Amino acid sequence: MLMHLPVLVVLAPLLAAPIVALMRGATWPWLLSTLVSWFALLCAVLLLIQVQAEGVIIYTMGGWEAPWGIEYRIDFANALLLVLITGLASVVMPYARLSVEQEVGAERSPMFYAALLLLSLGLCGMTATGDAFNVFVFLEISSLATYTLIAMGRDRRALTASFSYLVMGTIGGTFYLIGIGLLYVMTGTLNMADLAERLPAISDSSTVRTGFAFIVTGICLKLALFPLHLWLPNAYTYSPSAVTALLGATATKVAVYILIRFVFTIFGPEYSFGAEPLAEVLIPLAVIGLLSASTVSIGQPNIKRMLAYSSVAQIGYIVLGIAMGTAMGLTAALLHVFNHGLMKGALFMTLGAVMYRMGGTNLSDMQGLAKTMPLTFWAFVIGGLSLIGVPLTVGFVSKWHLILAAIELGWWPVVIVILAGSMLAVVYVGRVVEAGFFGEARDPTRREAPASLLIPVWILIFANIYFGIDTRLTVDIAEAAAAQLMAGGVVR
Amino acid sequence: MTANTALILTLLTPLLGAVLIGLTGRWPNLRETITMVTALSLFALVIRVLIGLNAGEDIGVELFEVMSGVGIAFNTEPLSILFAMIASGLWVVTSVYAFGYMRGTNEINQTRFYVCFALALFGAMGVAFSANLLTLFIFYEVLTISTYPLVTHKGDAKAKAGGRTYLGILMTTSIVFLLPAIIWVYAVAGTLDFVPGGILEGNLAAGSATILLLLFLFGVAKAAVMPVHKWLPAAMVAPTPVSALLHAVAVVKAGVFTLTKVVIYIFGTDYLASVPYESIAVYMAGFTVIAASCIALRQTNIKRLLAYSTIGQLSYIVMATMALAPFSEIGAAIHIAAHAFGKITLFFTAGAIYVASKKTEVTQLNGIGWRMPYTMAAFAIGALSMIGVPPTAGFVSKWFIIAGAFQLDNYFVLVVLILSTALNAAYFLPIIFNAFFKPEDVKLKDHGEAPPSMVIALCVTASLTLLFFFFNGPVLDLETQLVGGMP
Amino acid sequence: MSGLGIWNYLIIIFLMMTGLYMVISSSNLVKKLIGLNVFQTSVFFMYISFGYISGGAGPVFNENVELYSNPLTHVLILTAIVVGVATTAVGLALSIRIKESFGTIEEDDLHKMDSSL
Repeated sequence: MLMHLPVLVVLAPLLAAPIVALMRGATWPWLLSTLVSWFALLCAVLLLIQVQAEGVIIYTMGGWEAPWGIEYRIDFANALLLVLITGLASVVMPYARLSVEQEVGAERSPMFYAALLLLSLGLCGMTATGDAFNVFVFLEISSLATYTLIAMGRDRRALTASFSYLVMGTIGGTFYLIGIGLLYVMTGTLNMADLAERLPAISDSSTVRTGFAFIVTGICLKLALFPLHLWLPNAYTYSPSAVTALLGATATKVAVYILIRFVFTIFGPEYSFGAEPLAEVLIPLAVIGLLSASTVSIGQPNIKRMLAYSSVAQIGYIVLGIAMGTAMGLTAALLHVFNHGLMKGALFMTLGAVMYRMGGTNLSDMQGLAKTMPLTFWAFVIGGLSLIGVPLTVGFVSKWHLILAAIELGWWPVVIVILAGSMLAVVYVGRVVEAGFFGEARDPTRREAPASLLIPVWILIFANIYFGIDTRLTVDIAEAAAAQLMAGGVVR
Repeated sequence: MTANTALILTLLTPLLGAVLIGLTGRWPNLRETITMVTALSLFALVIRVLIGLNAGEDIGVELFEVMSGVGIAFNTEPLSILFAMIASGLWVVTSVYAFGYMRGTNEINQTRFYVCFALALFGAMGVAFSANLLTLFIFYEVLTISTYPLVTHKGDAKAKAGGRTYLGILMTTSIVFLLPAIIWVYAVAGTLDFVPGGILEGNLAAGSATILLLLFLFGVAKAAVMPVHKWLPAAMVAPTPVSALLHAVAVVKAGVFTLTKVVIYIFGTDYLASVPYESIAVYMAGFTVIAASCIALRQTNIKRLLAYSTIGQLSYIVMATMALAPFSEIGAAIHIAAHAFGKITLFFTAGAIYVASKKTEVTQLNGIGWRMPYTMAAFAIGALSMIGVPPTAGFVSKWFIIAGAFQLDNYFVLVVLILSTALNAAYFLPIIFNAFFKPEDVKLKDHGEAPPSMVIALCVTASLTLLFFFFNGPVLDLETQLVGGMP
Repeated sequence: MSGLGIWNYLIIIFLMMTGLYMVISSSNLVKKLIGLNVFQTSVFFMYISFGYISGGAGPVFNENVELYSNPLTHVLILTAIVVGVATTAVGLALSIRIKESFGTIEEDDLHKMDSSL
């Protein structure tokens, strides 16, 4: 059982999804999906412990050795990410019951939960696999699930949002496919470890360069790096609350992970930053994205949309960390991947609770929330403080490391940009807090959200605070992962 | 109880107090009793820590590590115990005062007020006892955030605008200047602990040290050196007990306290003296002293006048700290105490005047001295202390700062001090004169003194201002340890 | 690669560009999907071209043949085709739903109606 952990994370939801789809009603599909996602979390945590104890885990699918078979390869970086994905899924699933009942409807519930399971399994698969083509397959599984999930949103604009994401996402996925093809034709392998071994010898060929460009562009589309982020705001705004929470917390993060994997493990930092102008391309885009998306989010009347733009901005921080090309920068990026997952998950779920009671997530719905829904409101405040990067929250920890990495390189303008981003966050979070604190509630009789929504929200809020204080777990793993990745190639 | 236990309890007590106050909000009497008990026990705990420090006990607690080599840790030294004593001691007095004020003006959300007040004290205690810059920064932010609901207490448009300025400036400066400064120190020194003599020597190029110093000077906006002072007048929309304890003592003193800690324990006075253009900080502070006094001269609202006076007085402390003479360091530490007693008295009187007569403007105070003799006498004592006239507390600290100026032959400091004394006299003395010797011309309502709890509180602080002149020996002995004994 | 030379690659690039152009320029959602399909198909061709080895026979075991083309690319592309079909199906289903709720599948009209997309 323990040796099959890497595949169980993916297999359990894969087997459960069709069963869930065939069930009737809302309760049973929900129950099964919840249990399965808890099981996946258990597997992921055990994997992380195992990696900490024994180092890299290699699992060969069906006993076929790589490069003939597909292998799963778990090191610190993806073990951490697996915990994030399954952890968020485990919190979102119980939360989904009421929220989905209201926003999606009971009759579509089985399909919804099946798609949600497929989404989380796709993300886990992308993370766990050690095969470049397998990444594409899981990428498309998660993307297709995402398209359908977004389209289940209540607003009819969910349909158009889903459609434009489908077009952009498919183009991104196909770009990735082209890049993989070019690498395959040069190396004759799709196994990441083998790719990493064989690429240095032929790294000056233009085919490899083209492949690199296609892969980076394709992934940047999926991770919504400015200016390839256009699909994200609508997709996040109009999808059901539970979906937004899971997507916002994990989907773009997995794409970030794939980028890190290719840049550091497969191509190696020397190639990516030495032979290719990756830093010169990514840094301006990250900076512009960070500043422009933060600025745009200030003016949004819909808070969900505001947070969506904030997600684009936060991706800017992460990409900045990657583009630094140092162990410190990579540590900061990985930390922020995890930490931003926690805070955005919490914030989007809080908005889901507002949606449940107030029927919308506009600023006007947030008025006077401190009186009518205090627990929801204070959850939002703490999540917002974490987003700003106030001490004792996870946001502070990742911002600290990011600034430390920039100072280490002597990149003072980048330090200023990071701080400017935080200031803009103060403004857009402050706007909502002020409305909630001082505004007159539209309907003072509305009550606090039900416990089944609040408990998952507060679990994540506590995680935000806990990992902001006790950083041993996250920082140590991120540092170990960065060291592994910086070593280039794959640790055998 | 060991001193270490007491140290931890100084943090837990206000926190527990906040929770209990929140739970007992429905019963005002019980709520206020708890506030009082919390304040008293906090003061007692701080005294226990002081005794431990004087007895040479080894005091220091590390809770957990946040970054490698830096954790949430607490300890104490002469400066921090002084700050903690003042903040916790005056909280007791302020609580007595607040009961009268809040009931006298029928304020809304009184429970929230007392809860946030206790949280602010939690922040102040954390700032005082922090053993490294990270811990200090965390509690500095706790103090900022917990006081925001207090500043915006009234909830009207003016309070919201004031709150926005307050949070905007304090948050912006702390994130944009202070945080990178701290991370910079961490990056070059590998530690953030407060070590006598500093941790930066030999780790930083000379030019960078100047920039770092400026980052600290403007990052700690709570010290209100111009141009990051605007939040303090904005905070005056808060109820008077808040202005009195927090914006004359706890919050602003946390600012100058932080700067002094940074100068003595991060830079080290010897190293800082070798930093080129270090004196720029002295000039900035000196300019603030004069400019703030000039602005105060033109204020008509009592609380705004006091706010600008506070800005000037804070920069005294900053200037004295940055002057780097042993005497001026002692003067800076003592002025933290001296100004606290004087300014809290002045704010108490302003609040008492407001509660009794609804008057808020300086021009309305003619002849009020005979209606409120205790209050105005206290006002006179506080004002004399601001000017630095014996026998008040302000004289003691000014003495040391001037002595420091002579130690270094720093005539800039001397000129600033003389000029500001004149300006202080120019805006305080007419108020006292008019209050006692001009006939009453504005009459909003017939009134006598404010409620007794307020009068008692302001009399206590006024007496403290006087007593500090005569009995400052223990404080002096303590603070001379900062520079290794009396120079 | 003597058989086809670089012609197949030129065709692939032509198809790729055509497909992308259709996605970007046409306002009709179904035409967009067709463009997307053309784009994807060009990539399928590319993979199959990669697998061809000049003089190699089809990858079916035969005692007389020594040189085979690479079968792996075919397998990969089989997977990619399945993905493509699924994407098209979801896209078409969405188009139908959009038609039902908006009454049009012209992007310009959708823009006007909800200022989204």
